[in-house]
Amino acid sequence: MELIDRLFINIGSAFNAFLLQYLSETVVAIIGMLLSAFIISNVAAFTFLFMTYLERKFVGRIQDRLGPNRVGPYGILQPIADGVKMFTKELITPEAAHKVVYNLAPALAVAPALMVFAVIPFGRDMVAADIDVGLLYLVAITSVTEIAIVMGGWASSNKYSLLGAMRAAAQMLSYEIPIVLTLLNLILMAGTLRLTTMVDVQVVPFVLLQPVAFAIFLVAAAAEVARPPFDIPEAESEIIAGYHTEYGGMRFGLFQMAEFVSAFGMACIMTTVFLGGWRPWLIPLPSWLWFAIKVFLVTFLWFWFRGTFPRLRIDQLQAYCWKFLVPASLLNVVVTGVLVSFFPIVRNGEVVVQGAGGWTTVTAIYLGANLLLALVLAILYRRPTARVAAQLRVDQAVPSATAAQEVHVT
Amino acid sequence: MQAYAVIGAFLIIGVALPIATIVLATLVSPRRPNAIKDDTYECGLETVGETWVQFKVQYYIYALIFVVFDIEVVFLYPWAVAYNQLGLFALVEGLIFAGILIAGLLYAWRKDALSWF
Repeated sequence: MELIDRLFINIGSAFNAFLLQYLSETVVAIIGMLLSAFIISNVAAFTFLFMTYLERKFVGRIQDRLGPNRVGPYGILQPIADGVKMFTKELITPEAAHKVVYNLAPALAVAPALMVFAVIPFGRDMVAADIDVGLLYLVAITSVTEIAIVMGGWASSNKYSLLGAMRAAAQMLSYEIPIVLTLLNLILMAGTLRLTTMVDVQVVPFVLLQPVAFAIFLVAAAAEVARPPFDIPEAESEIIAGYHTEYGGMRFGLFQMAEFVSAFGMACIMTTVFLGGWRPWLIPLPSWLWFAIKVFLVTFLWFWFRGTFPRLRIDQLQAYCWKFLVPASLLNVVVTGVLVSFFPIVRNGEVVVQGAGGWTTVTAIYLGANLLLALVLAILYRRPTARVAAQLRVDQAVPSATAAQEVHVT
Repeated sequence: MQAYAVIGAFLIIGVALPIATIVLATLVSPRRPNAIKDDTYECGLETVGETWVQFKVQYYIYALIFVVFDIEVVFLYPWAVAYNQLGLFALVEGLIFAGILIAGLLYAWRKDALSWF
């Protein structure tokens, strides 16, 4: 058990010791850093391939289709076939495009998506860069992707691309606010920005202590990485393919990869700060396996969103963010601030909650306060909710005759 | 310091990986340009007029509100980290700060800055 848990660390240190026989310490350190960055980046890139397959299969099942099933057993080699196809496609640069920015944008989109993984603790002691401002770094680096998207959309010199880029900018800027504000709750409780410490203090995962923040984060994170139903920057039925309309071949592949890798990164962030990171839940499995399981739980939730919800309009999207998520998360910060000052979890870097009894009490108090907050929000927003529900009933009544009759009867 | 060097390594790899991919793709992919292929793609119609035109002001207003909220983060993150050491003072200060923010948001809301025209 212990051996499997430390498998990757042991391989790493064995390799390090092997290199030290031949090279000086500085050179080995540099090689080690670059190699770990290379390996983690490639793992993320291959997870992208795997995720596209899983998503297509899963959404296919939701829509009563088979999904990819031709290439290899159960279509498992489909993503590799797609990769080969993208590699061998011609790279077209439109005549009207701004050449430099156009070529730079895909590379710039991928880099920040990969840099997220530098600070994520994948397992016990498995973190590439354990920096003390980890969470601030994550907030900063995840917002760089949108610059690349705006660059790509603008430089394409296509009206649909520009529209997609503008939408992407507006959406990603807006949804960053609820993300940042919900993370604030967790920082208040843990008293640190260091992600490894954040995992260490989660004896009870923060999702149980901050369910409202988790719900807001789940939605806002899906919007931040433009997962459907928040994929208006590339809504294919409205604006062709949005910001990457003019991109083909591997350049398009890189944009696609940036999108999936940042979704994967967002799932990793959510696992680390809300679901207790690599901490095992009940069943003792290796820490990195638990981390992977939790990440895929979150990812599947997003696949499910994609299969179930229709796409929003941009005005609805912005209204939902600014008129509901932002005030709700601000209110949540106030509630958490009051809670933390009366029932602290961490004080001066030490966990002050003791034993199972202590944790049960604290969880109950936080959970109760959150339920109360949810109730207050439900009462405050009862009229907009009722309006949307009525609108949905009218929209659904039109195509179906039986539903129309029901509306008529009521 | 070592940890920040690792982030530097990630930056190098993160930029090198897509560039290597593009270079490789350029080597293996065909290259047969023609005027119609390199034209702007707008569903088969010929594009009319300039692309880089004046744009809807609403996007700008959202960005403006965003800047206000983003700068607040610069204040709130250190506040949250030091919260346990500062005691009641931090709570009161935080409440005042959140109050000002909420008032600002409500003002923007009332002025219809959050509505889409």
